[in-house]
Amino acid sequence: METPNQTDAAAVADVTQELSAYLTRNLGQELGPDEDYFALGLVNSLFAMELVNFVEQRYGIEVGVDDLDLDHFRTLGRLRDFVLAKTANRGAAA
Amino acid sequence: MSDTALAGVADLTDLGARFADSVREDAADWDARGELPADVRLAAARAGLLGADLPVRHGGLGATPAQLGEACARIGGVCSALRGLVTVQSMVAAALLRWGTAEQRERWLPALARGELLAAFAATETEAGSDLAAVTTTVEEQGDTYTVTGEKRWITFGEVADVFLVLGSAGGRPAAVLVEADRPGVLREPVRGQLGMRAAQLAHVRFDGVRVPRENAVAPPGFGLSHVVATALDHGRFTVAWGCVGMAEACLDAAAEHAARRAQGGVVLAEHQLVRSLLGRAAVDSRAARELCLRAARLREAGDPDAIAETVAAKYAAARAATAVAGSAVQILGAAGCAPDSPVGRCYRDAKVMEIIEGSAQVSELHIADHLLRAHGHRPGGRRPEREEGRR
Ligand SMILES: Cc1cc2nc3c(=O)[nH]c(=O)nc-3n(C[C@H](O)[C@H](O)[C@H](O)COP(=O)(O)OP(=O)(O)OC[C@H]3O[C@@H](n4cnc5c(N)ncnc54)[C@H](O)[C@@H]3O)c2cc1C
Repeated sequence: METPNQTDAAAVADVTQELSAYLTRNLGQELGPDEDYFALGLVNSLFAMELVNFVEQRYGIEVGVDDLDLDHFRTLGRLRDFVLAKTANRGAAA
Repeated sequence: MSDTALAGVADLTDLGARFADSVREDAADWDARGELPADVRLAAARAGLLGADLPVRHGGLGATPAQLGEACARIGGVCSALRGLVTVQSMVAAALLRWGTAEQRERWLPALARGELLAAFAATETEAGSDLAAVTTTVEEQGDTYTVTGEKRWITFGEVADVFLVLGSAGGRPAAVLVEADRPGVLREPVRGQLGMRAAQLAHVRFDGVRVPRENAVAPPGFGLSHVVATALDHGRFTVAWGCVGMAEACLDAAAEHAARRAQGGVVLAEHQLVRSLLGRAAVDSRAARELCLRAARLREAGDPDAIAETVAAKYAAARAATAVAGSAVQILGAAGCAPDSPVGRCYRDAKVMEIIEGSAQVSELHIADHLLRAHGHRPGGRRPEREEGRR
């Protein structure tokens, strides 16, 4: 049987891999976990909302005004942490 | 018209059609006068058209994107200014629904849904059209208030709006703020006689050090353009796109009817192959636009992240179709299409505007190509921007 830690590690790997694939497809290149695609000028004016819609749809979470901290969205690593925290919260709330 | 208020969601498409039919005879007159009478705005509100896609819990009809779109098509086919009213009201409502606090939603959405308040979207400035990151309107934080200073141009229903969603800059960070029209320092200069949407009571609006409470800010500074205005524009593109479908379809019907009836050279126009060619192209253009709008509606309903880009494509195609089909309709109607009260003549003028507002044709092409190229591994410039990329 899987221990909770193994499951967590698997979830982290899955989310990281999915987000990375999404970002690569939409930014036209692969980025490291700490590269800031906003600061690098890789995004267009539609992207911020597309990214919000993507994480909402894929992970069944709601991004509201209280989540609007650009730091959550500017790198793969931070986006992964944000998604994991939101999905964990949802689990706790359920 | 109060019976339509109870029509409910299932009848929403029909509701758009019924409302459009009830005003069909008046639209040319409103266009000539440059105004949409207050009682018509009120009737549209009572019918539920101004809050059609807002959730029922916020006072709306809870319409799906496809239902909202169909209603916009029916209205757009009769009067672009009226469709413009639905567009601006629902743009502001969509931004608040998405990025407002619970208190803001409670305060504003039911009043917007019932049309007790008319909202306008105030982004454009003299030096900031397609490039909204260039806005110079300032939003200064001073204790518990924000002070808004700047001038907005070409604001649909700016002459009569009760509240403006204003895009400004708070110390270099894009900020979206609601400014009530009755606050000291709000000055409006009506615009009349522009090419199209003549009844949409446009105004240039000056905000002369207007103080608003902190709670009027929608989302924190920094998110005004990329999230708040982006949400409003995305919604606006969707309703404009459907309005264009309605314009194209109305013009196609008028052209076909005329071609089947009017005889020249001993035969009806429909017997001339060159006229048939115009009609054939117009039929395909308008059907293609409808299909792209339906596709966008499906993706929006599913919350698909591609819905934004597909809505850009739908709006681009539908505005082109409306322009082309209206042009052909005027051609086929001849002088009748040029008459002062000709519906197709008015559509022809209105359609051109649709290729300029909510993201011009060229800006849409850039977005569409950008999406395509990224999916094919194209690396965008990688140039560090001096400021946020803000193409409409
Ligand atoms: C009837 C009407 C109603 C309107 N209502 C509103 C409203 O309610 N609220 C509001 O805020 N604004 C409103 N506007 C303004 C409208 O949104 C702007 O006109 C529009 O965004 C284009 O800006 P612009 O007119 O400054 O043109 P510009 O941005 O100066 O563009 C001029 C031309 O250059 C092209 N161009 C611009 N940038 C690029 C680029 N990067 N690459 C290639 N080509 C480019 C454009 O496609 C266009 O053909 C309205 C306008 C009209 C006519």
